[in-house]
Amino acid sequence: MTRKRRRLTVVFLGGLLLATASALVLTAFEDSIVFFHTPTDIATKKDLQSDRRLRLGGIVKEKSWSKKSDGLTHDFVVTDLTHEIRVAYKGIIPDLFREGQGVVVEGRLLPDGNFRADEVLAKHDENYMPKEVAEALKKSGQWKGGAVTGSETGKTGGEKPYGDKPYGSQKESTR
Amino acid sequence: MLHRFANPTRFLRLANAVLPWATGLTILLIGAGLYFAFGASPADYQQGETVRIMYIHVPSAWMAMFAYAFIAVASAVGLIWKHPVAHVCALAAAPIGACFTLICLTTGSLWGKPMWGTWWVWDARLTSVLVLFFLYLGFIALANAFDDAARGEKASAILALIGAVNLPIIKFSVDWWNTLHQPASISRIDMPAVHTSMLIPLLLMAVGFTMLFTVLVIIRARAELADRRINALRSARIHAETAHSGA
Repeated sequence: MTRKRRRLTVVFLGGLLLATASALVLTAFEDSIVFFHTPTDIATKKDLQSDRRLRLGGIVKEKSWSKKSDGLTHDFVVTDLTHEIRVAYKGIIPDLFREGQGVVVEGRLLPDGNFRADEVLAKHDENYMPKEVAEALKKSGQWKGGAVTGSETGKTGGEKPYGDKPYGSQKESTR
Repeated sequence: MLHRFANPTRFLRLANAVLPWATGLTILLIGAGLYFAFGASPADYQQGETVRIMYIHVPSAWMAMFAYAFIAVASAVGLIWKHPVAHVCALAAAPIGACFTLICLTTGSLWGKPMWGTWWVWDARLTSVLVLFFLYLGFIALANAFDDAARGEKASAILALIGAVNLPIIKFSVDWWNTLHQPASISRIDMPAVHTSMLIPLLLMAVGFTMLFTVLVIIRARAELADRRINALRSARIHAETAHSGA
């Protein structure tokens, strides 16, 4: 074996070893790398049902959002289409917060099963298009995104809010 | 093919031939891209005008990863076949890649505040890109940490290869884990999730950034080769003078 070939083998084997090692590490960390837990996670995993801080992610359920007259106190339901959790939040919500859109809230689970959030982050999907196109798509019935505005509810079909996979449930399907 | 350009003279001849074309294309593509991005493209149905950050953010993110892949491949070629030009190219690309990563992180942060409601979160996508930025810094620092340039090249090349593990992690972080960052819009199995009127400026900027990267790498590699040549000539002269005076 020439020296060149030996170096090639060393680099190749080293890369293979490294790739295997990182794959193992990432698999081991799988659960702790998640940024948020879905309502289904919280309903099914006992260790999440404590009063420690956690993030809850899902879709803001259609017609569940109510705002008190002070403009700061919000009440809405986060759902992953299987389970849902009611969230109470006092503060300013981001521009993209909408019914039918993704959201990640941080706070604590209350003993009564509701969630008290002290931070609300909006999650947006991967679709980008002009407003006119979005409206045309909805009119022709080809729309498969979430609701565009809070007023446009029901009709747009909540069954496929994020294209082909229910939001936040991709982990369940691989398990 | 590869061996042909391992020769610095041949590499320089090719680089000098490519440079004016790449420069022209850079100006043309980024100019057109900016025109579409900030003027002739529509606002997004959800994000409004803020979506225009995408035309800088996304190509920078692609270039951040592309530049690192380039460095990793160049480092492997340098380690295995000992081509001197390969290390020069890797070193030339590193600060450029680091800049693209920084632009990606900064514009992402500026985009995140109005859209998500936060400047920064420690989700898998954002964290892995931050790690990429530190890998660039580590690569540059390690390459310059040795008095013997050849040892610095070897050490930094090994670091570049190890760090390449991060690239698939960045790419697939949004698929493997729950993240705040949304999944890929362009590289999907079905149609891209970006409307054509927005896809055109995005792709113009992406190709423009690639050309810019080419231009900057050529300029930096040329300077580095010239620097090495000067050093070699100088040490040869000192060597000759001391030999002469000693005799």
